[in-house]
Amino acid sequence: MQELSLNILDVAENSVRAGATLTTILVDEQPQQDLLTIQIADNGCGMSEEQVQRVTDPFFTTRTTRKVGLGVPLLKMAAELAGGSFSIRSKLGEGTTTTATFQLGHIDRMPLGDVAATICTLVQCNPEIDFVYTYRRGEREFSADTRQFRQILEGVPLSDPQVVTFLREYILENTRELGG
Amino acid sequence: MKSLAELQALRDKMKDQMGIRGDDSKNIRVVVGMATCGIAAGARPVLHAFTEEVAKRGLKDVTVAQTGCIGICQYEPVVEVMEPGKEKVTYVKMTPEKAVKVVNDHLVNGNVVTEYTIGAVAK
Repeated sequence: MQELSLNILDVAENSVRAGATLTTILVDEQPQQDLLTIQIADNGCGMSEEQVQRVTDPFFTTRTTRKVGLGVPLLKMAAELAGGSFSIRSKLGEGTTTTATFQLGHIDRMPLGDVAATICTLVQCNPEIDFVYTYRRGEREFSADTRQFRQILEGVPLSDPQVVTFLREYILENTRELGG
Repeated sequence: MKSLAELQALRDKMKDQMGIRGDDSKNIRVVVGMATCGIAAGARPVLHAFTEEVAKRGLKDVTVAQTGCIGICQYEPVVEVMEPGKEKVTYVKMTPEKAVKVVNDHLVNGNVVTEYTIGAVAK
């Protein structure tokens, strides 16, 4: 993975697979504390304690098609390489929250990359479920909520290429405004 | 800066178009592999290129969607094009530039871009 937004996409796909109806993604940059926090939280099926313990092991996966699962270990590695930390909280039947922190100015911190493209990919490919993306920098923040978009669209599909193209620019411009 | 008022305007425009949307029997599905392997190999910009080109050309009968890992990770990004009544076409090692060509040649004009297919690349 060349940018953190790709890790976000990859780990959020786990939420989709877990049957989540709502996944919230937070990117929080606090330059004064030299801290970047990425949090992906869902209301999906959750994991057992044993699964939570093994999920950062690259040779653990719930899939049966192969023996490796690299999504979570890759995000953990990216955080730890950049002086950060990684944690997963999960409860069966309630959902999973994945949190990674990074030293914002660490030389080995990968760039955030195109988070807007990640969000749009998730929305486009999973138009039947909801996503909330919040970008925070310092005290200011911007949120994009598919529940709100859905209300405005009145039945026009969220996955339509023209809608997706609009959403991408909408997220890009509004986060850039905050310095993202 | 883009605002949600523009989304409302887009909705109204699209509602007008929805009436003339073709029937499902003609719908072409473009499916991009979006597991860890695909994402790491560059699937997201490929999906984006398909979406943008389809939107730009206003193609009505094309759906761009995702799938998981189909087991040929060494050929990612993998894109499958499924057209009713035709054999599935599997494009491999895709890039945004190749995606634009697939939209123009295959989706619009009906000519499979043979050189990008798994049959040509896997030789």
